[in-house]
Amino acid sequence: MSTASRSLASLGELATTRKKADGPDAPSKIQVDSMNFYYGEKRALQDISIRIKPNVVTAFIGPSGCGKSTFLRTLNRMNDIIPGTRVEGQILIDNVDIYKSGMDVVHLRRRVGMVFQKSNPFPKSIYENIAYGLRINGLAASKAELSARVEESLKQAALWDEAKDRLHESALALSGGQQQRLCIARALAVRPDIILMDEPASALDPIATQRIEELVYDLKKSYTIVIVTHNMQQAARVSDHTAFFWLGRLVEYDRTEKIFTAPAEKLTEDYVTGRFG
Amino acid sequence: MDRQVPHFREELEALQGRLLEMGGLAEERVRAALQGLVSRDAALITKVLSGDEPINQLHIEVDNRCFRLLALHQPMATDLRAVVAAVKINTDLERVGDLAVNIAEASKRYIGHAPVKQLIDIPLMGDIAQAMLRDALDSFVKRDTDLAHRVLNEDDRLDSLKTQVFRDLLTHMLRDQATVEPSLDLILVSRHLERIGDHATNIAEDVIFMVSALDVRHHLAGSS
Repeated sequence: MSTASRSLASLGELATTRKKADGPDAPSKIQVDSMNFYYGEKRALQDISIRIKPNVVTAFIGPSGCGKSTFLRTLNRMNDIIPGTRVEGQILIDNVDIYKSGMDVVHLRRRVGMVFQKSNPFPKSIYENIAYGLRINGLAASKAELSARVEESLKQAALWDEAKDRLHESALALSGGQQQRLCIARALAVRPDIILMDEPASALDPIATQRIEELVYDLKKSYTIVIVTHNMQQAARVSDHTAFFWLGRLVEYDRTEKIFTAPAEKLTEDYVTGRFG
Repeated sequence: MDRQVPHFREELEALQGRLLEMGGLAEERVRAALQGLVSRDAALITKVLSGDEPINQLHIEVDNRCFRLLALHQPMATDLRAVVAAVKINTDLERVGDLAVNIAEASKRYIGHAPVKQLIDIPLMGDIAQAMLRDALDSFVKRDTDLAHRVLNEDDRLDSLKTQVFRDLLTHMLRDQATVEPSLDLILVSRHLERIGDHATNIAEDVIFMVSALDVRHHLAGSS
C-alpha cells in the first residue's frame, strides 16, 4: 500500500494490519511529531517527537509529574475529557492523524485500548464485564460468538483457567490481580491494535505483578503495548524500548537495554541509578 | 510457583547453552593441540594457533548476555548466583582457549627438535584435564555438586603428574644438553595442562556456590 493511500485509509481498516517487524525499517505504529500539550496555560508536554514500532513493548519512565501519563493519554485522546486541555503538533497512528477533525474518538479508543492503575471492573459478572463492550459495539453476531469472544479474551489475559467455572459470579469477588487481568481481557475483547497501560501493576502484590508482566510479554506478539510505570525494574524486565521523561520533556528514548546499561544522557543515568526522582 | 518470568528463564538457558558451546570448543582445541604434539602434526598445530576467534567471540557474547540479564532482570538468590557463576566460568573457558594456543605454540617449537622421549604422562595429563573440564561443565548443567566435588579431587592427580613430568625431564636435560630446549617446551605444556585443571577447578567451585551458596574456594568449605 502506498503512503498516499495509507494516509487516506481509515484508521479502522489500517489497524487490522499487524506488522511483526521490530527492525529499523519497520513502519511506525505510533508517530508523534513536535507535540505540545497544555492544561490551560500550563504546557505539560514540550516538543515531544517519538516513533513507536508495532509489536514491541515501550515503557515510559520518569519521576512523578514528568508527563508520562499525560503523554500516554494523548495517544487515545483520553485527555479530551479534561476541560481546557489542548494538543499542538501531530500524533499519527498507522499514518492517520488521530487529532484531525472528524476523527471518530470512540472508534479510536476501541483500536487503542487502555488499562488503568486501579482495576475498574463493572459491578457485574465476569462474563458481562467482557460481553458488555462487545454487545454495545455490535461486535458479536450471536450468543455463541459472544461467548467465544469472552473465552478468547479471558484466555489471552491468562484468566480463563481461574475464571471459567465462575463466569457468572461477580467480578468484584476476584482478587486485585485477577480484576486487573479482567480489565486487560475487557480491553482485548474489542480486538485493539494498541494497548496503553498506566501503571497496571502498581497496586498489586509481587506475584500478581509478575503475572501481569508475563502477560505483557506474551501480548506483544499480537499487540503494540505502551506502559507507564514508576517501577524502573519493571520497565527493564518487560519492555523492548524505554522513554525517559523529565519535566514534560522526552529526555531519551532507546532500546531498554541501552537505557539501563549505558544511557546517552546524564539525566537518564542519574535517574536510573536513583540519584534523583 | 516458579517465580522466574519465562523470558528470564529462556535467556538463562540460552546463556548456559552458549557457555556449553564455548566449553566444547575449548576442550576440542586442547585435544587438537595435544594430538598435534603427540603425532607431530604441524598442520593440526597451525590450525589450533589460528583458530581462537570463535571462543573469543563467545567470550564477549556471554559477557554481554550476563550484563544484560543483571541490568534488566535484577536476578536474586539462586538466579543471581547462576549469572555471577556464568560470568566467572566464561573467563575460565576463555583462558582455557588461550592455554590451548600456548600448548600449540610450545608444540610447534617442540616438533622442530628430535623427540626427547615417548610422551606418556603429558597425554595422560591431557586426558585428565579434558575430563575435568567436561565434568565441571556437566556439573554446571546438571547442578550436580557431587560431580563438582569429584572435579576438585582430580586436581591433585594433575599436580602430581606435573611434578613427575618435571622430574623426568630434568633427568633428560642433565644427561643431554641438546634436550634442554624441547624439554622446557614439554614442561611448559605440562604447566599449561595443570592450569587447565585449575580453571576446571574454578568452574566446579562456582557450580558449588551456584547450587548450594557454599564458598569452597581456598578450602573455605562450609562457609557461606
